[in-house]
Amino acid sequence: MGQNTRMKKVILSAVAASLAAFAPLGLAAQDAAAPAAIATQAGQVEGAQTAPGAEAGAGNLTPAEASVAPAGEGAYAPMAPTKGKGMPTSYEDGALQSMTFQDQYSENGKYAQWMHDAILMPVITAISLLVLGLLLYVVFRFNRRRNPVASRTTHNTAIEVIWTIVPVIILVIIAVPSITLLARQYETPPADAVTIKATGYQWYWGYNYPDHGDFEVISNMLDEGEAVRRGEPGQLAVDNRMVVPAGVPLRIQTTASDVIHAFAVPSLWFKMDAVPGRLNEKLLTIPEPGVYYGQCSELCGARHAYMPIAVEALPPAEFAAWVREQGGAMPGEDAAPADAAAAAQPATDTAAAASAAAG
Amino acid sequence: MATTAEGFDAHGIGHKDHGHDSRDHADHKPGFFARWFMSTNHKDIGTMYLIFAVIAGIVGGAISGIMRVELAEPGIQYLQWWAQFMGGANDINTALHMWNVFITAHGLIMVFFMVMPAMIGGFGNWFVPLMIGAPDMAFPRMNNVSFWLTVAGFFSLLFSLFVTGGTGPGAGTGWTVYAPLSTSGSVGPAVDFAIFSLHLAGAGSILGATNFITTIFNMRAPGMTLHKMPLFVWSVLVTAFLLLLALPVLAAAITMLLTDRNFGTTFFNAAGGGDPVLYQHLFWFFGHPEVYIMILPGFGMISQIIATFSKKPVFGYLGMAYAMVAIGVVGFIVWAHHMYTVGLDVNTKMYFTAATMVIAVPTGVKIFSWIATMWGGSLSFKSPMVWSMGFIFLFTVGGVTGVVLANGGIDDNLHDTYYVVAHFHYVLSMGAVFSMFAGFYYWFPKMSGRMHSELLSHIHFWTFFVGVNVIFFPQHFLGMQGMPRRYPDYAEAFTFWHQVSTYGYYIMAGSMIFFFVNIAYALLAGKKAAANPWGEGATTLEWTLPSPPPYHQFETLPVITDAHDYHDHRPVTA
Repeated sequence: MGQNTRMKKVILSAVAASLAAFAPLGLAAQDAAAPAAIATQAGQVEGAQTAPGAEAGAGNLTPAEASVAPAGEGAYAPMAPTKGKGMPTSYEDGALQSMTFQDQYSENGKYAQWMHDAILMPVITAISLLVLGLLLYVVFRFNRRRNPVASRTTHNTAIEVIWTIVPVIILVIIAVPSITLLARQYETPPADAVTIKATGYQWYWGYNYPDHGDFEVISNMLDEGEAVRRGEPGQLAVDNRMVVPAGVPLRIQTTASDVIHAFAVPSLWFKMDAVPGRLNEKLLTIPEPGVYYGQCSELCGARHAYMPIAVEALPPAEFAAWVREQGGAMPGEDAAPADAAAAAQPATDTAAAASAAAG
Repeated sequence: MATTAEGFDAHGIGHKDHGHDSRDHADHKPGFFARWFMSTNHKDIGTMYLIFAVIAGIVGGAISGIMRVELAEPGIQYLQWWAQFMGGANDINTALHMWNVFITAHGLIMVFFMVMPAMIGGFGNWFVPLMIGAPDMAFPRMNNVSFWLTVAGFFSLLFSLFVTGGTGPGAGTGWTVYAPLSTSGSVGPAVDFAIFSLHLAGAGSILGATNFITTIFNMRAPGMTLHKMPLFVWSVLVTAFLLLLALPVLAAAITMLLTDRNFGTTFFNAAGGGDPVLYQHLFWFFGHPEVYIMILPGFGMISQIIATFSKKPVFGYLGMAYAMVAIGVVGFIVWAHHMYTVGLDVNTKMYFTAATMVIAVPTGVKIFSWIATMWGGSLSFKSPMVWSMGFIFLFTVGGVTGVVLANGGIDDNLHDTYYVVAHFHYVLSMGAVFSMFAGFYYWFPKMSGRMHSELLSHIHFWTFFVGVNVIFFPQHFLGMQGMPRRYPDYAEAFTFWHQVSTYGYYIMAGSMIFFFVNIAYALLAGKKAAANPWGEGATTLEWTLPSPPPYHQFETLPVITDAHDYHDHRPVTA
């Protein structure tokens, strides 16, 4: 798949980006503004009312859901996950795959994985083997039988300078793509990015769609049996997923209503703490449709292990239909029944994103 | 018998001026209670610290066994039993809370009541005065206070297990005690007792740190300049400064937790104008130096041992000493790499990425200097040496995964996963613990006067080496596949490597039998240890004293002359 050309391109852009990296970058994350705190409070109240508790299976019957029927196509049905995509792989299903990162489905994730596989992994393996090799060599060469009289060498300026400078050079080489990666991860979402606010509760997630009428989807873990019945991985499957449009820039915001949680999706290389009283924000684009699982990644109390995350990326038209089914509306339209024109808005976004990705 | 190091006679008359048997005078010990409960003797206090650390290590290690057994299969197997055993309710939330109590207790016990007491309290107390030619620590009574504060802290932590901490008995906040889980998220006195335990242990450590700094600065034998101090003493000196500067910050942070919990302040509560992230900054401003506190004395021990068994002075002595100083200094300006996902801005994250990677440089200097010390040496592979060589390799493996995690962008995936667990267990459970076993086997004959079995120590080493690697190496895989840490239950895909990890625990636990049998054998039937059982490579002052050293040593101070080169404090003979 043109790995070499891609690598070359990446290295070139890495150098360029590293030059720009230290320029002050506008940054939206971590603005612990008062309105955010107020919004959290509001979300909390709403969450308290709609939260079905920890019981799995209770749906998010938003008031409007029943009344708004999608025109034309059939109703939204959860997408079936693809084995090995967006979820961990067991040793039995792939020994090597179970020993490395999940396949990456975001641009930054692919870059980060490339950096790990092509730079970090070879470097750390080489260093470890070098140290191991040197240890084995001194064991065989300088044991007291082969070398009964020890030397008294205690200084060698040249070698001391070398083993100080060489690691510095290696670290600088690592730092270039590392800084690039950081700069990319912190790109400011475009103004028309789709905003989704993930709120951590003890112990479930709520997803608000402020651009689409600010409805909230409450997401609880499915119990093991139900998950298996639906053909989903246990511990990872949820009753109501965080549905997003694929190929469109997303402005993911995280906050929490009680204690700190963390919104994490390994296959998208995405992790951001959900801190009560703060609103963290980060750009995420998921190029292809699919189900991507994640789990809460900050200790948040007893059921910390039982508040998974399932992100379902849908083609924009299907996303729009889903939004209407939730009682929301696409931007620029009132909460009205869908028609062909409504789907055009995200479709434009997709085209823009696609051309951006291609360029 | 001589109470003064042979060959270090300052006045040319030495101990011979005593008309009577000087050993009686030097070895006069108080009665049992006065000796062990009101102790002012650095060796006795060091022994008590070591025994305490072994006991705490058994408790902390048993808890990790409970956790590994639970994690051998997906689903909740035994937690409900433990919840009821501890007096909690028989429901799933209490069971899950028990898990959080276990991870919290394991972390706190291993950090504050096992590694720190063993390294600083145990080996530091025993050997800093001996190595610098001092009769005792500068403040012997304060030394005693330090020890008993640590014990009191341990009991406060144990007590917290028996009172409620929100969803069940005990504090389930993680060893990091993050707000608001530790404030509004944990109702009941358990977290207060856990916090108080840190206050007590922290106060003990601060007192100990001032004691070491004063001792090392003021009580070195005549002629022992800072640049002639053994590297173990250097390592304890740097460690003491880290303790002195870092622990008050922890004390402040956890005091604010207490007032947030009990007196209505809102330091870490956004609703009252505070900030939960502030707590994390304060905690890790302590917490990162803390990880160097746990490893630096190990660096010092490894340097002594490698030099001894290579029959060579340590390579690049000054570089080794100042590498530790550099690690200590840089250790204070990298704390936020523990907080990469908390919502730092991009420039902050870039800074902490760069600063963190800088630490690899002095660490690399140390690794390569140890190898260079062996290079050209005449190596004998006694038990302390094999543990030290195991340390060098495993610490390197733990160090390079640290370089991976240092990258803020990479950490976005690995943060709070098993990769991090694997990383810090490689540097602690293999780094710090291997250095402690190395130091233990190195100095056990000196401390006890008995030789341990080399065979048993070697079996202990190899089984332990295999065990810990089988436990922790697969955890890298789990972390990369996305397994979050602090989870009692997991998706089925993670089962295989969790099972492997649990088998590793059994191997490791089995290997500890050899350790305890070895101690029992040595104490009951071990050969008497000579003053210097390790031969010509062991050049520091403790080997000039009998094994065990007299109750009071160096009544006449040894004199170090300019003829002694760096790190080789042998008197010039002939």
